[in-house]
Amino acid sequence: MGVRTFVSTFALLSLGAGPALAQDRTILVQSTTSTANSGLYDTLLPQFNEATGITANVVAVGTGQAIRNAENCDGDVLLVHAKSAEEAFVAEGFGVKRSDLMYNDFIVVGPADDPAGVGGMNDAAAALAKIATSGALFASRGDDSGTHKKEMSLWQGAGVDAAAASGQWYRETGSGMGATLNAAVGMNAYALTDRATWISFENKSDFDIVVEGDQDLFNQYGVILVNPERCPTVNARDGQEFIDWLLSPAGQTAIAAYRLNGQQLFFPNARP
Amino acid sequence: MRESRLPRAGECQQVQPPCGPVVQAARLSARRLGYLAHGRTLISNLDLDLDTDGITIVMGPNGAGKSLLLRLLHGLIVPDAGTVFCDGAPLDAGARMRQAMVFQKPVLLRRSVAANVDFVLHSRGPRDSARRDVLLGRVGLLSRAAQPARLLSGGEQQRLALARALASAPDLLFLDEPTASLDPASAQMIEDILREERRRGTKIVCVTHDIGQARRLADDIVFLSQGRLAEHRPADAFFGAPASPAAQAFLAGRLTV
Amino acid sequence: MALSLVLSGDGDLYQIVILSLRVSLTATALACLMGLPLGALLAVTRFRGRGGVLVLVNALMGLPPVVVGLLVYLQLSRSGPLGFLGLLYTPSAMIIAQCILITPIVAALSRQVLEDMHTEYAEQFRSLSLSRTRSMQALLWDGRFTLLTVALAGFGRAVAEVGAVIIVGGNIDHLTRVMTTAIALETSKGDLALALALGIVLMVLALGVNATVQSVRMSAMKQAYA
Repeated sequence: MGVRTFVSTFALLSLGAGPALAQDRTILVQSTTSTANSGLYDTLLPQFNEATGITANVVAVGTGQAIRNAENCDGDVLLVHAKSAEEAFVAEGFGVKRSDLMYNDFIVVGPADDPAGVGGMNDAAAALAKIATSGALFASRGDDSGTHKKEMSLWQGAGVDAAAASGQWYRETGSGMGATLNAAVGMNAYALTDRATWISFENKSDFDIVVEGDQDLFNQYGVILVNPERCPTVNARDGQEFIDWLLSPAGQTAIAAYRLNGQQLFFPNARP
Repeated sequence: MRESRLPRAGECQQVQPPCGPVVQAARLSARRLGYLAHGRTLISNLDLDLDTDGITIVMGPNGAGKSLLLRLLHGLIVPDAGTVFCDGAPLDAGARMRQAMVFQKPVLLRRSVAANVDFVLHSRGPRDSARRDVLLGRVGLLSRAAQPARLLSGGEQQRLALARALASAPDLLFLDEPTASLDPASAQMIEDILREERRRGTKIVCVTHDIGQARRLADDIVFLSQGRLAEHRPADAFFGAPASPAAQAFLAGRLTV
Repeated sequence: MALSLVLSGDGDLYQIVILSLRVSLTATALACLMGLPLGALLAVTRFRGRGGVLVLVNALMGLPPVVVGLLVYLQLSRSGPLGFLGLLYTPSAMIIAQCILITPIVAALSRQVLEDMHTEYAEQFRSLSLSRTRSMQALLWDGRFTLLTVALAGFGRAVAEVGAVIIVGGNIDHLTRVMTTAIALETSKGDLALALALGIVLMVLALGVNATVQSVRMSAMKQAYA
């Protein structure tokens, strides 16, 4: 009795709710959290929908997980910020083509009393090296996200083996940007974050930006169509239309126009 | 007792498989029945033949094994030795379907009075609300049909348990001290129904401590003592002059009941 | 401020609340459909290795939601064996995950409830020569009011978990966002006040469901039960 009822109920449910993604004119975007949490999509997607009639659903996870999900064919478009990983994604045939979309920058935030004394520095690697030797705490994403990848390259540039101090002054949260910032605020630790997330973050406490403006802190976002030859379920037509719109003057203008607390969060830089 | 029907010494080497002649006329027989629990022998080497009709009353002092014998005969418990025969054949599922039992403490379903009877009717055949109402009428519970069974008084609960047992139309009915601690009216009603069932040809086997009740109901008496059959005789003969010392002591009130 | 936002009956919030209820109630119903017969079966049967099965079912009550989410994701992913169903990132996927999460809870708790009841009924059932199926049905029906509490325990676990639904649902706005994933999102945005307000809404929701079921149970019990 139980099994048959279950199977038929399951079939009903699948019919009822399953086609939500298969609906015509719907795409799934595997995205980094910063673009979602900052509210960018809340202004972009309605405009895109109005222009094309396509509904874009966004799964916001760390860049590493977004790429892995896309590799599993669980998404039509990938929008993340880790250029070398994105290029590898395309090179391995998972993606069709990578396009620069927009940028902003990473910043190092820290407590107001600045125990490592790095406030105002504009050499990120040097600032991190100073934090490492000062004994002040540093909160890392530790989750293979775009921000985490950037942080790792900065430590390498600073010549610091931060991983060796894991659990001591180097605290890997293994969580998203917001959770890591919450943790940093909670334990008075420095953290690397993208500017968009920081501006939209509401639990800043007495934290402020301590390092910014280094060329190394450049944060490029890219957009890629998942390869339909590899993943036959990909809605390539609508996915490509989404990418085309983002890269078009209309999309680029919409990105530039998005402001939070009076500040511009993302700077479009698609090459026509 | 019917000595001639029992296997003679040496006639049978093993207890299993069942051996010894079983008389077709007997409704219920036990051969060399034995049961142990926790290393103690509770029923031992018990042979019994019960007639096709009438009321058999099982008596005996506390711990004699009365309730246990009832459960063995009804097939609720598998004996460690010996066999129970029903209509000449070893007790099987088919025979058990024609039996019913009323327990000392009624276990009623958490449902209405009517649903308790319906449950048994439905397990044996189609729903039959007319038959259910007749049964409830016989035990005086028709007006309470819709009430939760577990809110009935003790006497009413036992009467419902009896109605439920009768719902399966058994031709063999076991009762384990059905009227112990019941109000007189309920006990009276149950006795009346048992007489009525006996007239209809239902074989009844009833354990009781109540000597008065035994005198009122019994056609024959099975008297147990310490897990053994002390005597099995017609009621008149038993009450007139009990043969076994244990029964004599019991009737004289020298054994605790 | 956050509370007033919640109290203003915002349309998005309404949608999230409805989806939370839909997903968790459906998962609870499905879990009962499988877990109750399983619990009844375990209550009435004796077999070799039963003890081991009971330990296993009891242990599965502590299944980590994240692990369930991950396992369901691997099955439902387009590159997984059930990817062709297209269920990932849908409410159905969330229902499946929660169902897997709470079926052991329903089975284990109902087994305990029904076994206690069966101890009382067993002899009567044997006297009536009831089949195993009929015994199970009778136990499930007679235990229905206690089993409602078992279902509530399952629902409570389902509606409160975030680990499984965030992986298989993806927390997609207007599609798979439920109370718990919304709370996780607001927390990660650092909007702790709003997250807390949503948490209060969730607790009120759970309280409402429990109060409703409990009052139905009490009044029905008065009618049928002692």
